[in-house]
Amino acid sequence: MELTSQIGGSVTDGLAYLGGLASLAGRAAYFTFVAPFRGKPLRLPRAVSQGMQVGVRALPILSLITFFIGLILALQSAYELRRLGALTFVANAVAISMTRELGPLITAIVVIGRSGSAFAAEIGTMKVSEEIDALETMAIQPIDFLVTPKFLAMIVMLPCLTIWANSMGILGGALFGVAQADFTLARYIQASLDALFLRDIVTGLVKSLMFGVTITAVGCYEGLLTGAGAEQVGRSTTRAVVVSIFLVILVDLVFTTLFFFMSGR
Amino acid sequence: MVQTAQQAETMISLRNLRVSYGDREILHGISFDVMRAETLVILGGSGSGKSTLLRTLVGLERPSSGEIWLRGKNLAAISSQEMDEIRKRIGMSFQGGALFGSMTVGENVALPLREHTKLEDSTIEIIVRLKLDQVGLAGFENYMPSQLSGGMKKRAAVARALAMDPEILFFDEPSAGLDPIIAAGVDQLILELKKAFHMTIIVVTHELASAFLIADRMVLIDKGNVVAIGPAEEMRSSTHPRVRQFLDRVAEPEVAQELDYLQMLTEITRPGR
Repeated sequence: MELTSQIGGSVTDGLAYLGGLASLAGRAAYFTFVAPFRGKPLRLPRAVSQGMQVGVRALPILSLITFFIGLILALQSAYELRRLGALTFVANAVAISMTRELGPLITAIVVIGRSGSAFAAEIGTMKVSEEIDALETMAIQPIDFLVTPKFLAMIVMLPCLTIWANSMGILGGALFGVAQADFTLARYIQASLDALFLRDIVTGLVKSLMFGVTITAVGCYEGLLTGAGAEQVGRSTTRAVVVSIFLVILVDLVFTTLFFFMSGR
Repeated sequence: MVQTAQQAETMISLRNLRVSYGDREILHGISFDVMRAETLVILGGSGSGKSTLLRTLVGLERPSSGEIWLRGKNLAAISSQEMDEIRKRIGMSFQGGALFGSMTVGENVALPLREHTKLEDSTIEIIVRLKLDQVGLAGFENYMPSQLSGGMKKRAAVARALAMDPEILFFDEPSAGLDPIIAAGVDQLILELKKAFHMTIIVVTHELASAFLIADRMVLIDKGNVVAIGPAEEMRSSTHPRVRQFLDRVAEPEVAQELDYLQMLTEITRPGR
């Protein structure tokens, strides 16, 4: 009896949390896409500076990580393909798994670590130091002012970063291809392009867009939930990272399943 | 009382105001009026509910029942759009200043103007300089809040609260965390604002010296109830035991019975905000 009520309790809490996220994302989307047509101009300068932070500054570390991931993928698939005497398929394996899955996912995880946590910490600190209250008493909506620029930056930057990550991953694979599988760089890239359909890239980008929405919503929501005290900011930041990773994987699962059945027929 | 003629007009009117966090009621039916152009000091110990009262007055907390009348509107029953319209006519200076750390002092003061007015940038710049000058921070436009001392932060926060030329100015613990000299400076600033603009000023504090310096009238809040209200001199000579205890800084009596102690713990452990 106690167990069922506990399970019921956590399910309700979880649903309430998702509801909170959805409402936050919905309001951010409203301020991004609808409000500009109702005379409330978009905060472009703030969005651009967020975009720099979220996107451009992430490039070095993201490049390095996805390059290595591409190389690892090549090594791992070569291990099996070599036995089949099909080493040239390494290019296909790397290209498809990067664009369809690992490009968007690794990008999302890097962005969670860099920006999702930063969102929670920034908004959480503002909450603790009464800056959010100050915004409200100045008749400025915290969501409009703080969340919308981040939201806009994320939904633009995450797909861009994903395209970059895909290319770096393929380059990583090419290093193996050139060194071990008798490719030239040009032939490896040609083989990768031949293996890819537009569909592979687009599904990856759709996922990355959804990841961007998820990461922004969780980071900002956790920030806004921060209670009183500095230690609460740490707690929010940790939770933002853990919950973001979990929800990104969940969203990934949902969309991958969807794409699987959509292309099955 | 020089300002009797001006004070005839009521600015804010509280009627049986109750505020709860969850199922814990913090304010148990508060009623009083604030007159135009007076400085009202809300006194009270930690956990008395005075900060909650202030937060309710600026619309950060919703009352569970009762009425707050301001500019002909009942704040307890208006939409958030209407509340935002009222908020453009009030200014609030927070305890720690609550300046935005990512913006310069000048940008902080300019923010409400940029958000709510269509003024030219050059005009906004002039207003910002003017407001900073008023609080004694002329020339600090390009400093970051982190580069300011505690007292300067508080002054900058007042400049930001003044940006929209509010009718009512709220202060949360203006002298908290400041050394006596700097705190006296902030009191002086409040007195100057009062003299220069005939603004309605509401100050929440537990600093007695500062309260008697700036107040026209005082309200003493204890455990979520109004204990006493009246002009500062009347308050000073009050014989109400709770007022005397507060003004004479007498410690809570020793706890004789565990049950009383428990009750005390459950009643006053809630932090002020």
